[in-house]
Amino acid sequence: MEDETPFEETGYNGNGKNGHNQTEIKYVDEVTIRFAGDSGDGMQLTGTQFAETLATDGTDIGTFTDYPAEIRAPQGTLSGVSGLQIHFSSRDIHTPGDEIDVLVAMNPAAIKVNLKNIKKHGIIIANSDAFDKKNLELAGFETNPLEDDTLQHLHIYSIPITKTTLSVLKDMNLSVKTAQKCKNFFALGVLYWLYNRTPDNTLQWIQEKFNKNAELAEANTRVLKAGYYYGETTEIFTSRFDIKPAALPKGTYRNLNGNDAVALGLVAAAKKAKLQLFLGSYPITPASEILQTLSKYKPYGVKTFQAEDEIAGICTAIGASFAGALAATTTSGPGMSLKTEAIGLAVISELPLVIVNVQRGGPSTGLPTKTEQADLLQALYGRNGECPVPVVAAASPSDCFEMAYEAARIAIKYMTPVILMTDGYIAQGSEPWKVKKLTELQSIEVQFKTNPEGFFPYVRNEFLARPWVKPGTKGLEHRIGGLEKQNITGNISYDPENHHIMTKIRAKKIKNIELDIPELELVGEREGKLIVLSWGSTYGAVISAVENLRAKGNKVSHAHLRYINPLPKNTGSILKKFEQILIPENNFGQLSKLIRSEFLLETISLPKVKGVPFKALEIENKILEILKH
Amino acid sequence: MNDNNNKINASESAITAKDFASDQYVRWCPGCGDFSILAQTQRTLASLGLKREKMVFIAGIGCSSRFPYYMNTYGFHTIHGRATAIASGVKCANPELSVWVATGDGDCLSIGGNHFIHLVRRNIDIKVLLFNNKIYGLTKGQYSPTSDHGQVTKSSPYGTIEYPVNPLSLALGAGGTFIARSIDREAKHMQDMITRTNNHKGTAVLEIFQNCLIFNDGAYLKYTEKETKDDSVLFLNHNQPLVFGENNSKGIKLDGWKPVVVDLNDGKHSINDLLVYDETNRELAFIMSEFDVHPLLPMPFGVFLDTVRNTYDTDMEEQIKESMKKTGEGNVDDLLKGNSSWEI
Repeated sequence: MEDETPFEETGYNGNGKNGHNQTEIKYVDEVTIRFAGDSGDGMQLTGTQFAETLATDGTDIGTFTDYPAEIRAPQGTLSGVSGLQIHFSSRDIHTPGDEIDVLVAMNPAAIKVNLKNIKKHGIIIANSDAFDKKNLELAGFETNPLEDDTLQHLHIYSIPITKTTLSVLKDMNLSVKTAQKCKNFFALGVLYWLYNRTPDNTLQWIQEKFNKNAELAEANTRVLKAGYYYGETTEIFTSRFDIKPAALPKGTYRNLNGNDAVALGLVAAAKKAKLQLFLGSYPITPASEILQTLSKYKPYGVKTFQAEDEIAGICTAIGASFAGALAATTTSGPGMSLKTEAIGLAVISELPLVIVNVQRGGPSTGLPTKTEQADLLQALYGRNGECPVPVVAAASPSDCFEMAYEAARIAIKYMTPVILMTDGYIAQGSEPWKVKKLTELQSIEVQFKTNPEGFFPYVRNEFLARPWVKPGTKGLEHRIGGLEKQNITGNISYDPENHHIMTKIRAKKIKNIELDIPELELVGEREGKLIVLSWGSTYGAVISAVENLRAKGNKVSHAHLRYINPLPKNTGSILKKFEQILIPENNFGQLSKLIRSEFLLETISLPKVKGVPFKALEIENKILEILKH
Repeated sequence: MNDNNNKINASESAITAKDFASDQYVRWCPGCGDFSILAQTQRTLASLGLKREKMVFIAGIGCSSRFPYYMNTYGFHTIHGRATAIASGVKCANPELSVWVATGDGDCLSIGGNHFIHLVRRNIDIKVLLFNNKIYGLTKGQYSPTSDHGQVTKSSPYGTIEYPVNPLSLALGAGGTFIARSIDREAKHMQDMITRTNNHKGTAVLEIFQNCLIFNDGAYLKYTEKETKDDSVLFLNHNQPLVFGENNSKGIKLDGWKPVVVDLNDGKHSINDLLVYDETNRELAFIMSEFDVHPLLPMPFGVFLDTVRNTYDTDMEEQIKESMKKTGEGNVDDLLKGNSSWEI
C-alpha cells in the first residue's frame, strides 16, 4: 500500500468478503499452523502476532516455540530452523497440535525439518526466492522440492516473498538487508487473508513498536498489507478458511505464556500478602523472560536484582526473605544445580522463598532451548542431608500463574522454600487465560512477629511454621543460620537427640501441607483397567489423548499432579483402584520411581526425552496398546 | 545507615558494649585475634549509640563467620562465601538497616571472591569486616588465598606455589569507595577504623590483620612486636605527610610513581619532601595498597580511600519511586488484565 488509507477503507468489509475476490470460505474446527525459517527470519514474532490476533477473536489457541540455542544459527541449515506452532480451534484445546495443517516455510530447511509432521493433504506456503542452489544443498535436497514430486501429497503455494517484499519497498531508500527483514510480515499478511482475519492488530502493534522510527513502521505496514492483498488479488488460493470462536466460559481473557504467567503470579501473591516482591536471578535460557518481565514492574514496587551468578541469585533472595520480602529466584536446570546448597540453607533457616525451575534438556548444558522434565528427582532429593522442600508443577502456560501463586502462598504460610517446576514448552508456549482478579485469589496472611513476649526463633505455630521477624523490630533481635538449631531457642546445637527431633519436625512440617492443597482430581471411572497419571507440561497431550479415546468409548481414566511434594493425600487411594498405571514423562521415569517407592505400586513408564513435548497421538497409541492386552 | 534514625535518643539509657554481646558462649580458641575484633566492634557500635535492632550481621563460613552469634543484633550465619550476596539481598530489601558482613580470607576471597567483587562494584551500603589470618583455621590449617608464597601448611607441606591475592587492591580494582586496614593488636586504631567504616555510605571494606594462634601464629609479628613495629608500620592520616619509624624518623616520598623510604635524619630530606596522604585519591590508594609486595616498604594501616558514589540500594529505591511518579503506582488488577484482553 503506497497510500495512507486506513485498512478498513480499502474494500475490506470486516466479514471476510470484499469486492475483488469471492474465494469460498470454509469453516474448520481446528487448524495447526507452523511458521518456520532461519532463526533470524522473525518467525517467533510472526507466529506470536498471528496467535494473538486469533486469541483476541475468541478462538482457543495453544502455541509451541522451537528454536536453536544460537542467536543467529548458520543460515539455511537444518539446525538453524526456528519455528512457532499455533494450534487454534473452536473447541477447548490443550496442546499446540500434533500435526501441521499449514507450514509457512521461509527456506528449504524449514520444509526438510518439518516434513514428517505435516498432515497428508496439508498446505505449504513457501518463499520460493529462498530455494536457490545453496539453500537446497544446505537443506539436503538434490532438486527443488517445490518443483519435483517430493511434496506431491501436499498443496504447495510457492510465492516469491523476498522479491515481492523488495519491490513493495523499492522507493523507500532502505538497504536491501533492512528491506528483506520485513519479509516475514508479507507471509503474515498472506496468512491473515487465508484465515479471514484483518491485519489490524498487527498494524497497531507496528505503530506502537516503531513509534520512534517512522520509516520502519511504514515499511512493515506496507509489506503486511501487500501480503494480505497478495492473497486477495492473485487467486492462487482456491479457498480461505475460518474458525468460529471457542465456547469458552464467559469472562475477560488474555493470551499468556508460562514465563509471563509466573511473573504475574508472583506479583499477585506479593500484592495479596502486602509484601514487597524481590527477585534475585541470573539470566538463563529458557527462564530469563521472568527476570526481564519483572524488571519492568517498577511501578508495582517490584525489586529485581540481576546477580553475578546463579548462587548470588538465590542468596540475595534469601537475604531479602530474611529482611521480610516475598523473595523468589528463577532459573533452569544448570542454575538449579548451582543453587542447591543455598536451598538447603533456606530449608534449615526456615525462610519463605519461591524457586522456579524452567526445565530444559540436560544433563549439564544439555539442550538449552528444548523442553524436558528431567529435574524432578533433583527437586525432590537433590540436596545434602534430609532436606524436604515442597514441589509444585504447572500443567500449562496459564497454570504457571496459579502455581506460582500457590508456591508463594505455601512458602509464606509454612516458612519454607518451595520449588515450582515449569519447562521450556509451557514457559514459551501460550494460551488464552481467563483473567483473575485479586479478590478471586485465596488470601495470603502474613503476620510478622512484633511482640517479644515468649519469642524464640524456632517456636512454632499450628502449621509448625516458625515466626517471621523483620530485622528492625525492637526486642526481637536474634540469630539464625545453617548450623543445626536447638529446638525452640534456635541456638546452635550438636546434641544427637535434638538433631533427630529437628529433622523430624522439618519433614513433618512439609508433609502436613497435604492438608492444605486440593485433592487429586480424577477424570473418568473411579476404578478399572487403566489410569494415566501425569505431571507438569504433559497435561495437554495426556488429557487430549484421554478425551479422544473416551469419546470413542475406551475406558481409561486420568489424574494430573500439580503438587508433587507432598502429594495430594488421596493419590494412593485413587491409584490403587486401577490395574495399571501409565505415566508418560519427558524423562526416563522419574515420577514413576516416586509412585513406586511411595505406594509400592507397579507402573508403566512412557518416557520421551527428545527435547520436544509428547503428541497426544503417541499417548493414545500407548493407551490402546495397554487396553488391548 | 548513618542517619539519626538508627541512633538511640539521648533520653534512652546509655548503651554499652555489653548490650551488644549476645548470651552465647564465645567459642574461638583462647588468644585468638577474633576476640579483639569482637570487643572493638561491640565497644565502637555502643559508643556510636547505634540501635541494635537496626543492625544485621551476616557471615559465611569459617572462624570469623561465627561472629553474628556473639552480637546481640539481628544475625544470619549463612553458607561458605555467600555472606556478601545474602547481605546484598537484606540491604536491598530494606535499606533502612545497617548491614555488616563478618568474613575471612578464605570465605571472602576464595569461595566468595566473585560475590565480593560484585558487592564492591555495585557499592551497596554494606560494611565488610574482612578478618585476614592468611590461613584456613576452621578446617585446621590449609593455605588460604592470602597465605604467603612458599608458606608451609597442612596442604602445602613443600610450601605453597601460589601467590597471595591482595584484598585491598582487589577491592580498589572492583571500584571500591571505602578501603581501610587495621590489626587485631591495635585496639584504638581498630575502633577508629570501625567508626569510619560505619560512617561510610557505600560498600566499606575493612581488612583486619588477625593472628591465628593455632595454625599461623606470628604471621603479623613484624607489625606488633616492639623491635620491628616502628620500622614496619605506616599509619595513613588524611592530609598528613607519611611518616613512620622510631620518633617518626622516616618517611615516604614519591619518586615519580615509585614510593621510596627516606631517612629524615640524613640531612638530605625534610618532612616537606614527603608525600602528603589524600584519602580521596584513588591513584594514591592503589600505590599504598601495593606496598605489601615491596619488602623495603612499611605496611600501611588506616583509611586508604574514602570517596562518594551512588549506592545501588538507594538507586534501586529511586528507580521505583521515579517510575511510580511517572505512571502512578501500578494497579495489579490492570496488570493481570494486560493490554490486549478480550471479552467472551
